[in-house]
Amino acid sequence: MGIALTRAAQWTTASSGTGKLEITPLNESLLKEILDFVENFSSRHPQEANLEFKEPLKWKTTLDPCNFKMEYEVSGQTVRSVEASSDGQPLLHLSSSTICVLTFSQLTKIVRIANDKKLKELRTCLEENRDPVAKILGPSFATVEGEDTSVLRFLEKVNSNEDKEHDVRIKLLILLKQLDTQLLSSLLKQISQEIRLSPDTVKNDVTLLKSFCGNGEQRVLISVQYTSDYEYLNGCRTPPWRQVHGEICYLVIHTCDTDPLYVTCSTAGVFLNGGIKQEGDENAYERKSDIYKDLVTLLKHHSPHFAEHINKQDFRVQKEPPSTQKIEHVEPVGAEEQGQTQRSYEHQEKNVHEKARQQPAQNKPGSKKKLEPSSKWKNLGLGSPYQEEDDRKASRSSILESSLQGIGKKKAELSSSSLHGHQSSQKIKTPGGGPSSEDQSESSSEDEEDEEQPERRPESHADLPSEYWHIQKLVKYLKGGNQTATVIALCSMRDFNLAQETCQLAIRDVGGLEVLINLLDTEEIKCKIGSLKILKEISCNSQIRRAIADLQGLQTMVKILDSPDKELKCLAAETIGNVAKFRRARRTVRQHGGIKRLVELLDCVPDSATLTQEQEKDVEVARCGALALWSCSRSTWNKGAIRKAGGIPLLGRLLKSPHENMLIPVVGTLQECASEKTYRIAIQTEGMIEDLVKNLNSENRELQMHCASAIFKCAEDRKTRDLVRRYEGLRPLVALLQETENKQLLAAATGAIWKCSISMENVEKFQEYKALETLVALLTEQPEEVLVNVVGALGECAQNPPNRAVIRKCGGIQPLVNLLTGTNQPLLVNVTRAVGACAMEPENMAVIDRLDGVRLLWSLLKNPNPDVQASAAWAICPCIENAKDAGEMVRSFVGGLELIVHLLRSTSKDVLAGVCAAIAEIAKDEENLAVITDHGVVALLARLTDMEDNLLRRYLAEAIAHCCAWGANRVSFGEAGAVAPLVRYLRSDNASVHRATAQALFQLSKDPDNCITMHENGVVKLLLGMMGSTDELLQEAAAGCVANIRRLALANEKARYG
Amino acid sequence: MSEMSAMDRKIIQNLAETLSRQVKHFNRTEAECLIRLFNGRFGDQNDRKTGHGLDRGKFRNILHNTFGMTDDMIMDRVFRAFDKDNDSYISVKEWIEGLAVFLRGTLDEKIKYSFNVYDLNGDGYISREEMFHMLKDSLIRQPTEEDPDEGVKDLVEIALKKMDHDHDGRLSYTDFETAVREENLLLEAFGPCLPDAKRICAFEQQAFQNPPEH
Repeated sequence: MGIALTRAAQWTTASSGTGKLEITPLNESLLKEILDFVENFSSRHPQEANLEFKEPLKWKTTLDPCNFKMEYEVSGQTVRSVEASSDGQPLLHLSSSTICVLTFSQLTKIVRIANDKKLKELRTCLEENRDPVAKILGPSFATVEGEDTSVLRFLEKVNSNEDKEHDVRIKLLILLKQLDTQLLSSLLKQISQEIRLSPDTVKNDVTLLKSFCGNGEQRVLISVQYTSDYEYLNGCRTPPWRQVHGEICYLVIHTCDTDPLYVTCSTAGVFLNGGIKQEGDENAYERKSDIYKDLVTLLKHHSPHFAEHINKQDFRVQKEPPSTQKIEHVEPVGAEEQGQTQRSYEHQEKNVHEKARQQPAQNKPGSKKKLEPSSKWKNLGLGSPYQEEDDRKASRSSILESSLQGIGKKKAELSSSSLHGHQSSQKIKTPGGGPSSEDQSESSSEDEEDEEQPERRPESHADLPSEYWHIQKLVKYLKGGNQTATVIALCSMRDFNLAQETCQLAIRDVGGLEVLINLLDTEEIKCKIGSLKILKEISCNSQIRRAIADLQGLQTMVKILDSPDKELKCLAAETIGNVAKFRRARRTVRQHGGIKRLVELLDCVPDSATLTQEQEKDVEVARCGALALWSCSRSTWNKGAIRKAGGIPLLGRLLKSPHENMLIPVVGTLQECASEKTYRIAIQTEGMIEDLVKNLNSENRELQMHCASAIFKCAEDRKTRDLVRRYEGLRPLVALLQETENKQLLAAATGAIWKCSISMENVEKFQEYKALETLVALLTEQPEEVLVNVVGALGECAQNPPNRAVIRKCGGIQPLVNLLTGTNQPLLVNVTRAVGACAMEPENMAVIDRLDGVRLLWSLLKNPNPDVQASAAWAICPCIENAKDAGEMVRSFVGGLELIVHLLRSTSKDVLAGVCAAIAEIAKDEENLAVITDHGVVALLARLTDMEDNLLRRYLAEAIAHCCAWGANRVSFGEAGAVAPLVRYLRSDNASVHRATAQALFQLSKDPDNCITMHENGVVKLLLGMMGSTDELLQEAAAGCVANIRRLALANEKARYG
Repeated sequence: MSEMSAMDRKIIQNLAETLSRQVKHFNRTEAECLIRLFNGRFGDQNDRKTGHGLDRGKFRNILHNTFGMTDDMIMDRVFRAFDKDNDSYISVKEWIEGLAVFLRGTLDEKIKYSFNVYDLNGDGYISREEMFHMLKDSLIRQPTEEDPDEGVKDLVEIALKKMDHDHDGRLSYTDFETAVREENLLLEAFGPCLPDAKRICAFEQQAFQNPPEH
């Protein structure tokens, strides 16, 4: 019962110390279940009931000693049981209203004695023993979250020690665990029935209530106010530490007939609080009333006036609140962030549906009343904006659709693939930014189709095309015909152009989908085949897909996958593949065991030279299975499910197939799944890289693209990069750079080149294949998803010095610098890195300087994205190092030095390290050092000295070393307490940290006080060790520092003993 | 059949040998099994001596019980398709030949067979009237409709539109063949005249379970 108690029971939260179990229906049922368990324990499990607890359960009881009769010794206020434990302790002991109990049998007795107070006793017992299991069985059984190994551990113990008592104990443990599960499942049932409010629903309610406020006779309320005007991004208005309790906002509601109501809206419902006016008073958060499902119900209970008048309101003249419309549509788009995890997506989606489902349900209770306002709201407040939105979207999309949808889809696919592996979670924007309408239409035609797309229905019946009537007739025959008529109708339906949206929607609108899906449940193979052939075609339409999923079509199709008829299996799998293009469908497939069945379809012999007819059919089945898995694999959980169903080796085997139509879905699935680490490892270890590389040489562009894309995702790993080289995959990748017209292919190929070029050996190969020249040529007139990869590849290649000159010679510097003015953040990260790498060569630097590249880099420090900031800071270092007259150049940037010093306040370690490195370079110029000292660089650097990160430590030490050169900075560092932490850096395991630190200490040791601090921190011994290093710089710095300390000591002695 | 004489067994074996050579799809053992089944089915020694074979009623029973057919007219037509010499009895040879298509026929053979079944008057065309005749019970009749046959007529037109490639208002064999090749589902366009996979499987299992020893 541990987990049920810690996780599911509702504890009061405000009061510190021992929590109280709140009096909620949920807790009540929980207590009753436990009580039931305890009451019957002695009779059901007599042996276990006599097992002594490891520690007694103790609590303050309200039981009177005189209630104890038989088997107890009662003397005044103390009660002792006659039964005693093995070491003589009484099994029950009551004194001064504290009761100690050692066995379940005693607990059972107490429950009987307590009679009508038993629930209360149990509650106090549980409140004071928050983890009873730990007390009963010992601390090793304390309830832990996540995987609980206590049973396993216990089993081991039992095995090693065959004691009878252990046997009993394990039985008890199992009993308790059973109770826990039972509790959880019954609670789950309850919880699932409860309403969950969301910030949006609350906001809508409040907006509506506000519109009922006023002065007229008809007014229902005087005012409704939030206690806080500030709204967090998640829509809550409560302080964050209250948000964790699910509280959304607090309201003060002035009704016409009661005192002001102080209301808390939380996800669990709405209740009165202790009167929160402003933040602060902790006690005010306590719940003071029952929980109501929404504001209206609460108001009806507390304000008779409201209850009476709300029904009289003339809602028809009520204007819809202006904000609702926006909210409803903004939310899903905003949630599109790529970085979000699957779980939260699914959760969100579920919420949306639940909300939709609840609304009608909410209207049922209390049906005695003539009118329920909430139902009216639905019609007026929520219903109509949807309608309008639909119409608007419909008209807009019909204009844009033909031209944009296709492009939009491709882009979206591209961006999702090219983004993978990139640190940033930002989304690539369409080139040029585009007007807002374009942005919106793209997001709605996103390949993920996360948004529930608006319905598009024909405007009126007047202009329905003739197909509509034909299809209606055919559907009539489908409904009312025997199998012969059905087959004829199905075949005839296939003669329509099912790729055309009019026909697809006509089938849906005349109720054809229901019939087609019903046919799948019949025994008639011919009807099933005919129906699936149609469903397969029309499911290209996203609205049809959703309709099929809504009609439970996926469940039936998943079942069909078990059919012995191979044609049927193929069609079902292909249709599933078409339908599972959106998240909910993919989840349905998984939840109904579809993934496992689809994986089973993959099992065939794809590569044998001569196939029998049956084997050929098997291959076809496998191909369709792969197609379906390809669609399903867009969901993270499905990726896991495919792996668990043993899909990886099967995919690996199919990868050997010589047929392109097989390879495309297989590689497509693999490249989709390669976003998961487990897959990347599997792809590498199962030898799939070889096949992927082989297929890079295919004639089929799509196949090449998926292969390149898979390599792109996998080549984060060094071994994979080596394998690609070993199987000679680099040359075909470079060859693909010629495909300048096929942007998707180009993006995948450049991505693969980028990731492969992280290995220097690969860079050498690329040099050999003259890849750099081609890449530089791609720096202009390419979409951003290609550019990101091209620039990334150049950045990696330029880490190898000879390549820097190559880039300059083929004119790469200019376009790179031009790209610094862009807005795409992943691109900027790569561009800054590439420019930085190029700047390491003085000749390049001259070009960059002439193009004013450093100023552009510097202005990127202002970019809101920390990745860009960090990368820009790193790029600035070689620029300063290699620029002629760097000091003057840096000074010429107005406010530049202040900006960079300010970045030392960043929270990102990368940014800090980069900025420290840049400051080290800047500080080499005395005048600039003076300026940054004025901006307070010393204190900021000193503040960072307790960081753990080695990279940061190294550059921080360098920056400190260089900043010491000005004025009283050495002393200031000492005063700011930077010296002692620096000494600790010498204990780090990183050689470059040692060197930089020794240099910093050497500089700092020129101040006597610092020497004393260093000495006190035991620097001498550490430095003596470093003086023996082979690194001359380290040697010299260490020696210099020790010498300074020594000199101080000598001077001291001299002064003393003179 | 344990009392079957050695003489009989010899005859059956020879017959099986010949037939398995004439009819593809069955080997000798299978042919022999089917012959025994045939003999068993029509049981009566006298009948066999007269050399007629299965009559219409018995054959329809087999179709109904073993292969799950229900439509009287179609079953009659199947009988006619099996009974190649039109003597109203199905001989051993016709039995084996018929079953070969029935159970294991290639698409070509099945198309020919189906066309034969559907060409009610045997004139080489499936006419509108024939279609109407075969489809007349395929729709639920709406009592409200003015012309209860309208749906069926319409269905016939739909079928014609789908299959009548030369637009002469009737289906020739070529029409039918083209349509079925294009869409296999149309093989049994005018009523089920072939057993489904499950029935075939069950029948074969039962018929071939005791191969005769040699």
